Amino acid sequence: MDDIGWWGVPLAVLGGAIRVSTPFLFVSLGECLTEKSGRINLGLEGTLVLGAVAGYALSYELNSAWLGLLAAGIAGCLFGAFHGWLCKFQRVNDIAIGIALMLLGTGLAFFFGKPYIQPSAPQLPVISFGGWSDTPQLESVLRINVLFLIGIAVAVLLWWVFRATRAGLIVRMAGDSADAARAMGYNVDRIRLLSTAAGGFLAGIGGAYLSLYYPGSWNEGLSSGQGLMAVALVIFARWNPLACFGAALLFGGAGALGPALQSVGVTTGYYLFYAAPYVLTLVIMILTSSQSRVLSGAPSELSITK
Amino acid sequence: MVSIADRSPPAAAVPSAARQEFALRAYGAAEAIVVPFLAILVAAIIFGVFIAAIGKSPLDLYWLVYTGAFGTWFSWQNTLLRAAPLLLVALCVALPARLGLVVIGGEGALVLGGLAAAAIAIPLQNLPAIVILMFMAIAGMIMGAIWIGGVGALRAYRGVNETISSLLLAYIAIALFNHFVEGPLRDPASLNKPSTAHIGEGNLIGALPGMDVHWGLAIGAIACVLAWILMERTNLGFAARITGGNIRAARLQGLPVGRLIVAFCALGGAMAGLAGMIEVAAVHGRANGSLIIGYGYTGILVAFLARQNALAVIPVAVLLGGIAAAGGLVQRRMGLPDATMLVFQGILFVVILLSETLYGRIPFLQASVVKERT
Repeated sequence: MDDIGWWGVPLAVLGGAIRVSTPFLFVSLGECLTEKSGRINLGLEGTLVLGAVAGYALSYELNSAWLGLLAAGIAGCLFGAFHGWLCKFQRVNDIAIGIALMLLGTGLAFFFGKPYIQPSAPQLPVISFGGWSDTPQLESVLRINVLFLIGIAVAVLLWWVFRATRAGLIVRMAGDSADAARAMGYNVDRIRLLSTAAGGFLAGIGGAYLSLYYPGSWNEGLSSGQGLMAVALVIFARWNPLACFGAALLFGGAGALGPALQSVGVTTGYYLFYAAPYVLTLVIMILTSSQSRVLSGAPSELSITK
Repeated sequence: MVSIADRSPPAAAVPSAARQEFALRAYGAAEAIVVPFLAILVAAIIFGVFIAAIGKSPLDLYWLVYTGAFGTWFSWQNTLLRAAPLLLVALCVALPARLGLVVIGGEGALVLGGLAAAAIAIPLQNLPAIVILMFMAIAGMIMGAIWIGGVGALRAYRGVNETISSLLLAYIAIALFNHFVEGPLRDPASLNKPSTAHIGEGNLIGALPGMDVHWGLAIGAIACVLAWILMERTNLGFAARITGGNIRAARLQGLPVGRLIVAFCALGGAMAGLAGMIEVAAVHGRANGSLIIGYGYTGILVAFLARQNALAVIPVAVLLGGIAAAGGLVQRRMGLPDATMLVFQGILFVVILLSETLYGRIPFLQASVVKERT
């Protein structure tokens, strides 16, 4: 094997960015859809873990990673719909419900996931784009999971839906002015419920990626705030699905920094590099927030930006 | 409402005014007690159905929870041991909540408060125990105050959402904690479980008279009472509640809204930092991974269940401390995963939030009933 020395770090970060960013991408697209409709779902962290365990368990029981993926999406969808249903009641706060669902989702996932910590389930397929290269590191970077490609397609689709379709316009209207939507005869609660359910579906898929590809097994420490960081990521991406893709890559790269440095022998401060994505998220939030002006592109019904 | 009041004869209204005022308060208090109890009951029924659905007996489970939490003197002590840190970390949620902020990163302040306390004890070993403990408490509180006060400052002066930033800071705090405990502050003698140096057996916080529970429980309870007095009986607390009620009105009144937000967040953080210090100085003797067991997250549930009222935090912390204490027994006797209690906490949290919608809508608990009678 060639020793490419320090060049391994940027390569590993790039490969890691592609690997690590996929769950960020799916969760942030889901959250983007939910927030466009005027609600915020902080419970996606719980949805992610629930999706991870549902995907892993069904993939193992039915011996099919694709059915597992579908199960993860359905679990996420139901959990999202639950959030949407709870929030329609008067004086029920969407942020607080999100925190509660984070706890409930994690609890349910750990509860039902206990028997699946040991067995190994069929994994999602990868496509190798690096056959032409004789550098093994580059080859491994170019082994790309199908979900990453599907994620890109979903981002483009969502962007097009918001921009050019009637459904997208209705969701945006519910998010920008509930009164206007009501005046047009739409049921705002139902629009938001459906948007949150669809967002939950995407977040569940993101969770299945964690357990069915990378890291590729189920354990209780699988998700560590990705669902939550995705919420901040959507703000950073200014509610634009295409920008979500770029932001997800950036976050994935930050997450891959620690392991990449470790692979070339840098071990001091390992835990500090581990904190890089959180620090990055926080710095981005500080830079992009403002006390006085409304964020451009923000749905105006959103409690988090008011 | 107005039409009902108009119909009552004006002459009768004068003598009954005081009584009506009392009745209004009584109905308000009754509602504040009945609704949470109803919510706990509903959550228990839903959880019971869940347990029955997986083929276990909910009655056995509740009996075990009762015995494990409050059945014997031994289990009571275990419950109170777990309630002690919850009292303080719940204040880290409840105090900022009265200003309208949802701060959920108390875990970070607790963990770093414990670390700061353990670190400062190392160079002070020759001083008397009480002095060391004072320094530890101050270090823990300052650390926690900086951590959550920073969240408040970002909110007040940069408009950064406090819910997300506090949780991100909790992850960052745990990473810093691991870095220091496994690196610069590691006691070389701690092989299997990286820890800081022990603060010295003679320096540990002792037990309350007649119990095995340490003084931290009393400190936590006193802190809750003081926080209640601060919130309900002082000008500062009043200013904070105005800010929480209507931030624009508070600004128009000339209240220093930004400074109030930072101050109350810092105070909440100091309480969580103190909780970490007490866990180190009374339970573990050193800072290590045992500190990171999710007290901060249970504290969120305690505060919401207590509806952000510092006095109500005391019984709720005991209740949830008991549920946590019974977890081990339930796990062993019924063969259920240790996450069972987490599921119950999640259901309870959801039902409690949902019950907010009931306030002002249960017919026989409404003050308008009083008005109709007069």
